[in-house]
Amino acid sequence: MSLTVEQVKARNQDLIKEVLEVYPEKTAKRRAKHLNVFEEGKTDCNVKSNIKSIPGVMTIRGCAYAGSKGVVWGPIKDMVHISHGPVGCGQYSWAARRNYYIGTTGIDSFVTMQFTSDFQEKDIVFGGDKKLEKIMDEIQDLFPLNKGITVQSECPIGLIGDDIEAVSKKKSKEYGGKTIVPVRCEGFRGVSQSLGHHIANDAVRDWIFDKSEGKHAEFVGTPYDVAIIGDYNIGGDAWASRILLEEMGLRVIAQWSGDGSIAELENTPKAKLNVLHCYRSMNYISRHMEEKYGIPWVEYNFFGPSKIEASLREIASHFDDKIKEGAEKVIAKYKPMMQAVIDKYKPRLEGKTVMLFVGGLRPRHVIGAYEDLGMVVVGTGYEFGHNDDYQRTTHYVKDGTLIYDDVTGYEFEKFVEKVQPDLVGSGIKEKYVFQKMGVPFRQMHSWDYSGPYHGYDGFAIFARDMDMAINNPIWGLTKTPWAA
Amino acid sequence: MADLRQIAFYGKGGIGKSTTSQNTLAALADLGQKILIVGCDPKADSTRLILHAKAQDTILSLAADAGSVEDLELEDVMKVGYKGIRCVESGGPEPGVGCAGRGVITSINFLEEEGAYDDMDYVSYDVLGDVVCGGFAMPIRENKAQEIYIVMSGEMMAMYAANNISKGILKYANSGGVRLGGLVCNERQTDKELELAESLAGKLNTKLIHFVPRDNVVQHAELRRMTVLEYAPDSKQADEYRQLATKIHANAGNGTIPTPITMDELEDLLMEHGIMKRVDESIVGKTAAELAAEAAAA
Repeated sequence: MSLTVEQVKARNQDLIKEVLEVYPEKTAKRRAKHLNVFEEGKTDCNVKSNIKSIPGVMTIRGCAYAGSKGVVWGPIKDMVHISHGPVGCGQYSWAARRNYYIGTTGIDSFVTMQFTSDFQEKDIVFGGDKKLEKIMDEIQDLFPLNKGITVQSECPIGLIGDDIEAVSKKKSKEYGGKTIVPVRCEGFRGVSQSLGHHIANDAVRDWIFDKSEGKHAEFVGTPYDVAIIGDYNIGGDAWASRILLEEMGLRVIAQWSGDGSIAELENTPKAKLNVLHCYRSMNYISRHMEEKYGIPWVEYNFFGPSKIEASLREIASHFDDKIKEGAEKVIAKYKPMMQAVIDKYKPRLEGKTVMLFVGGLRPRHVIGAYEDLGMVVVGTGYEFGHNDDYQRTTHYVKDGTLIYDDVTGYEFEKFVEKVQPDLVGSGIKEKYVFQKMGVPFRQMHSWDYSGPYHGYDGFAIFARDMDMAINNPIWGLTKTPWAA
Repeated sequence: MADLRQIAFYGKGGIGKSTTSQNTLAALADLGQKILIVGCDPKADSTRLILHAKAQDTILSLAADAGSVEDLELEDVMKVGYKGIRCVESGGPEPGVGCAGRGVITSINFLEEEGAYDDMDYVSYDVLGDVVCGGFAMPIRENKAQEIYIVMSGEMMAMYAANNISKGILKYANSGGVRLGGLVCNERQTDKELELAESLAGKLNTKLIHFVPRDNVVQHAELRRMTVLEYAPDSKQADEYRQLATKIHANAGNGTIPTPITMDELEDLLMEHGIMKRVDESIVGKTAAELAAEAAAA
């Protein structure tokens, strides 16, 4: 009944041909380079990536502003992030990523608040610098416990040539050296949110690191100091990760940037090792810290017990025996708990197929977690991945997996329609399309208002949620009763 | 009521657009035409000769004070000058900030919505130097100016700008109804100026509608913030502007779709008339010292 690998490959190749047929010739030629069937043994998925989306298709991508404000800077809790420009960008990115944090909102933490300069016509015509100054003054008055301000540029800022750097410097001086970071993440820059991550990383380098030397002299280091890089604490992910690192004997001195603070960013150059979860959005700053401060960095994967186990050992390998033993103890401690989760859910999920289309690291990172539950990922792709992401993906995917870069709405629908997976994992824009097709769905950006999914705690929730989606009795009621 | 005619004056900065347009429009007013001038230059000096006053309150400065352009009334921004000519200035930001082009768009939309064009015979847009962005092309888009008059002279850069403006007109000529009304040569007393202007007009598929000779009376009138038509109505120069006004008045519907030329063709034109010598390619990019060394070696 089930197809052989060769049959799957042939079907997927046909499927690619079929979706390309509807495009105009030029579009078909360009899209063909983004679609492929993975061949085992290859060191790359052989798809083009990080290229401009084609006008007229429904791309799932975001913009540079989304990458900077929404992803990298937004979760820094004790800074106020101004969405600088017309109101829409701030409004629609308002608290959308579920970055959890500890703090008192509106007093010392501001993540779920929305600050915008709400540009009007006159701000475009006469420039918005004066308004920006006024907003900063108001922020200082109303939220005196803020530890800094960032200016997240929306498109018009770059078009009208506002000098947000000059405003930031002037106001920083006025407020006694407060950190104020102008970020040139205008949405029209680059091809996706990916450039926004890079710009945001560079802004940390230029406006935080370079200006914070000598600050925090009271910081006392230990040989076991690590920083979590690229965990945005969605639904509490970073917390579920942090406890494992701490249990094995490490000290987490910073979280980037979920539940993070500016002091943590400033102290990160004192870490002994940077542990990097979302490679795509924060490899830039990790490489910078390696070059400038000599801090090594290691990628890890905290989705599902198999990958967690391997990652804990990998992280421990950078430290002494005490930590290595600590890692083994953590692994041993959680093993029975994880086995219980697997024993409960694997029989209900064994052999179920999944198609993914997500952002930074998840199109590959979550595959292990599904496999721990006996599930198979049959198709995956990145919204804004680069070539190095697709190379890393080869360590995860099986022979014959359908690979789709920057998939269009049409392609994704067609693929799912033909492959008929048991589950689709993607974003809110995709959710209802597939549910209406009768295909179970989980949002894999926001964890569908659930989470955490990282760490051992997260895996138990992940397993429950996948079971809940796939084995929901609703799917037995989707046949039209009056049709034969 | 006759149909509203919308015209616009474009041209290189400093060429005398505002002077030429105000004198010509004053002459049209003398002919009994009801005229509205829309200044589209952030410097807001398109109507000073008509109003005897330097930059009046502009639409954009008043809008910024009031909060937004929706808070303004037409009476707030419109001034009446010589022979009942109505004047508004779009205004805009100080140099180096904001987006003056967006300002032009905002202002023109405001005027249309407020009915500023009702009961007028002519609306004339006076636009700054070059079509640098979409905002400054606003007057040549659909349902705005029907004819563009390009003020130019025999100087290379003025002709270059005229050619560039023609490109802008061409872009909108097919989607909207804009046409090139003609060139107005504002004499600079360069060599073979009339000949060159006529020749360029031919290349651009238009005509030299009038050659305005240089006369110091224009300067004298300007110092008094007046048009020549008002300051010295009996002068020869006033007559020149009357002729131009009459020609423009008779030119309705005679505009053409321009055929802009390349930079090389423009240079060829200058060479044809012996204004420019053919460039010796062997000397391009060489310093004086290098050329001296080569000469010594030869």
